[in-house]
Amino acid sequence: MRLGPRQLSIVLTLSWRNLWRNRRRTGIMLGAISVGVWAMIFMTALMRGMVDDMLVQGIRSLPGHIQIQHPDYLDDPSVVNSIDEPRGALLAALQGGGAQRWAARIRVPAVIASERESRGVELIGVQPAFEQEISGIPGKTGEGRFLESSDDGGLVIGARLAQRLETRLGKRVVIMSQDPDNNISERGYRVVGIYRAEIAALEESRVYAGLEEVQQLLGIDGRVSQIIVYGEDYRDVDSRYRSLAEALPGGLDIRPWYRIDTYLAAMFEMMDGFVLVWVIIIFLALSFGLVNTLVMAIFERVREIGLTQALGMRPSQIVLQILLESLLLLLIGLAVGNGLAIATIKPLESGLDVSIVAEGMAMMGAGSVLYPSLTLHDLLLANGVVILLGILTSILPAWRAAHLDPIRALNMH
Amino acid sequence: MKNASLVMAWRNLWRRGRRTWLTVGAMVFSNILLVFSMSLQFGSYEMMIDNSLQAYSGHLQLQHPRYLDEPRMRFALADIADTAGLLRERLGLDSISARAVGFALASSDERSFGLQIVGVDAAHEPLVSTLPGLVRQGRYLQPGGDGEIVIGAALARNLKVEPGDELTFLGSGYDDSFAAGVVRVAGIFSSGVNEIDRGMAQVNLAYFQQTFAMQGRGHAIVVRAPHIEQVESLAANIDALGIVDGDSVALRDWDQLQPGLRQAIQADMTSAWFMYLVLIVLVAFSVLNTQLMSVLERTREFGTMLALGLKPSRLARLVMQETALMTGLGFGLGIAGGFLLTLYLSQVGFSYPGMAEMAERFYLPDRMYPALSPLSLTLGPAVVSLGSLLASIYPATRLYRLTPVAAMRAV
Repeated sequence: MRLGPRQLSIVLTLSWRNLWRNRRRTGIMLGAISVGVWAMIFMTALMRGMVDDMLVQGIRSLPGHIQIQHPDYLDDPSVVNSIDEPRGALLAALQGGGAQRWAARIRVPAVIASERESRGVELIGVQPAFEQEISGIPGKTGEGRFLESSDDGGLVIGARLAQRLETRLGKRVVIMSQDPDNNISERGYRVVGIYRAEIAALEESRVYAGLEEVQQLLGIDGRVSQIIVYGEDYRDVDSRYRSLAEALPGGLDIRPWYRIDTYLAAMFEMMDGFVLVWVIIIFLALSFGLVNTLVMAIFERVREIGLTQALGMRPSQIVLQILLESLLLLLIGLAVGNGLAIATIKPLESGLDVSIVAEGMAMMGAGSVLYPSLTLHDLLLANGVVILLGILTSILPAWRAAHLDPIRALNMH
Repeated sequence: MKNASLVMAWRNLWRRGRRTWLTVGAMVFSNILLVFSMSLQFGSYEMMIDNSLQAYSGHLQLQHPRYLDEPRMRFALADIADTAGLLRERLGLDSISARAVGFALASSDERSFGLQIVGVDAAHEPLVSTLPGLVRQGRYLQPGGDGEIVIGAALARNLKVEPGDELTFLGSGYDDSFAAGVVRVAGIFSSGVNEIDRGMAQVNLAYFQQTFAMQGRGHAIVVRAPHIEQVESLAANIDALGIVDGDSVALRDWDQLQPGLRQAIQADMTSAWFMYLVLIVLVAFSVLNTQLMSVLERTREFGTMLALGLKPSRLARLVMQETALMTGLGFGLGIAGGFLLTLYLSQVGFSYPGMAEMAERFYLPDRMYPALSPLSLTLGPAVVSLGSLLASIYPATRLYRLTPVAAMRAV
């Protein structure tokens, strides 16, 4: 007998009615599934939000989706390992591709000294117009102004550094760094701006000056430390990476972010694994109850099943009926769970303040406000796993029910 | 009599053996998972705290009251070497060492870098910090060896120096005078922590004090407790000595020295407990379902028992005893399973892709060995059991609403 739409609708009606024969039991199981699904999605969104934040912060402080530099620069960030400003094929490749952004900059170790204190910092020579996009500095908060041009004679430092140096806006500080011949170049600068950063440690270590200004200070006209490239999305940098790598002159090193900071790369990759493990663990905890519910539902109906079999219902239809019952249960539970998850995540999307553990979050590389991130991918994964594994675990009880001996089943009570 | 009702509860459980096993299975699954992950969690917290504190900062430090927030040269302690000696003597503890910290620009023939330069007591520093033991080339400082310096591996690479080479450094001293010196590289350490390997150097305290015009001053007396649990009593003992007055000397514990550490643990703990709680709630649902069904299907039986004169409270106790037996089974099997799994993994260790990169950030080894403890073994299963017992209160209270006649007629 082929299963036509009419038979299917009968089986579906039977499953639906069977589901509500024991309202309490179904209700409790629905409660469990809803809580489980809610927890899957809610926790995933929080973790996803945290890891996204870590990646965005991390990539910003590298900075860039892709970096081009001297092969020795990353281990030895000295002025000696600088490269020529991009030209020719590389420049064309950098400028191609429309909205994608790039900038060349200098980043070398330096010493900054006020009248009171001195500190080791990274001196960063930037093209000011691009810097907001590149590193998020100048941010929204801060004092004074950001650099105005590449040959701006001013200096922008972090709020924490200003505090350490006991200096303030408008004061002069001295920058000392090494030129390519290992002579110490030093020059006085006026502090024209003080910035604040999401991760406080960065405020202490990064000092910004104009690119041309720093080139003059170090005596390296036309040379830079790194070329920073941003693509559309950090998850998808490979095509941009390949096209740049082809245009790259010999003797230069090009790396995507995940090969510069392996911690970030590990977090990025582990996140998907974490989501899957979490979803499966919750499902397993649920599965005992699910199987239990089905076993109980079948046990109560043994005589009835025997009767329908005796009347000529085929085992495949019984299996189908029980699987549909399980599927309906799962679908309602999923609907409620998803609804709960979305309802609890939406109000948190403006940010969950976790500043009581701000320094702990900084240690992990995240900021002090958590923005849950609900992605379609995670939502589908959680729902898919529950439906797929849910059906799989229902098969055995269903199969056993369908293969009862009708005579014995009828005689049970 | 009490035994009889226990026996009855036990037999009732096995009237529907499959259902009981499925419910116990949910408990065992959660219990094993909880034992394993709590052992892992507690073990790694302890290791994280130990490793990061032993690396450099110690458990306690005596500092100038303002030094913690504003680590400046002039917020120093007077006669630091003598004070450290006094502490060692009074407390009967050798792992106490004095430090002074400055900042300088170091130059080799080819390169110059800014670095943090720390004056240490070479005899006692190895007792408070693991850094001296991490010297990979050359040797650590020797007491009295003036003009020697040990530096981090990345710094050595960048300065292009090896043991035996000379470095000159230039900084400013306590009185804002120039502090300059020529030192010979005695050894190179490799801690695995980037900031330390890239930016730190150590010289002898006496030499530091002389070069930086400290006049016997220093910035921190570092105390390492034999065990983290002794930190509090040690702090009390130090307080009792009357050295800490709050005006010129303050005592800082590791929580103040490395606030990120406890907060990272707190954040991790919160998310872990959220996960545990979800598991526990799911188990409770499972128990609730099973017990409610088992009460409902016995309505007639209970009706008969009530008619025979048993009090509802006896029946409720029976249901609770059934749950307790089930829970006990889940507790025992869960602990046994969790114990075996965790014991096995604590011997062979385990890792997952990406763990090495994570571990390095939190001062952990790149293979994890969960540590079993009485607490990690029982805490999770105990909470699961408690949740299960609470969940069966509702089915049990239903028995008080039964009337014998109606119950005996129920289907």
